[in-house]
Amino acid sequence: MKARIHVTLKNGVLDPQGKAIEHALSNMGFGGVDAARQGKFIELDLVETDRDAAHASVDEMCRKLLANTVIENYSIELE
Amino acid sequence: MKSAVIVFPGSNCDRDMAVALEKITGTKPLMVWHQEHTFDTVDFVALPGGFSYGDYLRCGAMSARSNVMKEVIKRAEDGVPTFGVCNGFQVLTETGLLPGALMRNANLHFVCKDVRMSVENTDTMFTSDYAGDSEITVPVAHHDGNYFADDDTLDRLEGEGQVAFRYLDDINGAQRGIAGITNARGNILGMMPHPERMIEPAFGGSDGRKLFTSVMNRLG
Repeated sequence: MKARIHVTLKNGVLDPQGKAIEHALSNMGFGGVDAARQGKFIELDLVETDRDAAHASVDEMCRKLLANTVIENYSIELE
Repeated sequence: MKSAVIVFPGSNCDRDMAVALEKITGTKPLMVWHQEHTFDTVDFVALPGGFSYGDYLRCGAMSARSNVMKEVIKRAEDGVPTFGVCNGFQVLTETGLLPGALMRNANLHFVCKDVRMSVENTDTMFTSDYAGDSEITVPVAHHDGNYFADDDTLDRLEGEGQVAFRYLDDINGAQRGIAGITNARGNILGMMPHPERMIEPAFGGSDGRKLFTSVMNRLG
């Protein structure tokens, strides 16, 4: 089973890299981008076949390492 | 005073820290590699600056979960004076020993220069010798020193006197100009600037020296 994890900065946390991307897009002539936020994408290949068990395990991985919950949110997709 | 410097792959201020500790305390510190599970009893543990594990995932994230940090966390929770500089500060926040997080500098620039700071609380074991100093100058060298915590945490830090150092100029966007904080118990200090690089005039100044002498005086 694959787990796909998105880690993003929480709302209200300044994202200077996202801001720089937004400015670069604007300078390149791409209009209509109101805001850009940068995050991380992590893909895991899991041995576990039970979805609930996999979700619980990946959730713990996120809390303990993959995301810093002081500043980041995460979301998990299983396939 | 017996001290230890924890060394991670990618640490690059471990030797600066060792030189400062030896010059000031008169005793060579123990250099402890990140894979060790334990080390001799010491009076003071230092987490040096650098780019441990290449800053992979987040600055300090990997180091905070290394073998040796399990032991460092246990000792810090037992009250052993523990001091993290720059990457060491990032490691301390990643372990949860200190609140908040260090984010990318708000202006996105790597900032490498001497900065002026105020000593906000001279009633800590790391800062007592700064009593009477209105400002000190210590170098910074970091890309991720923008201190962040939620407003409740910031209010608590300020209210409890846990803000040890504050920048006098905005260099990285840190919330409320915070350059260094202690834990509630006062035995753990994390800061972005490098006092170990300012311990005698030949290094460009000696404003960092009192941090180490404060600890020595406290430990007797």
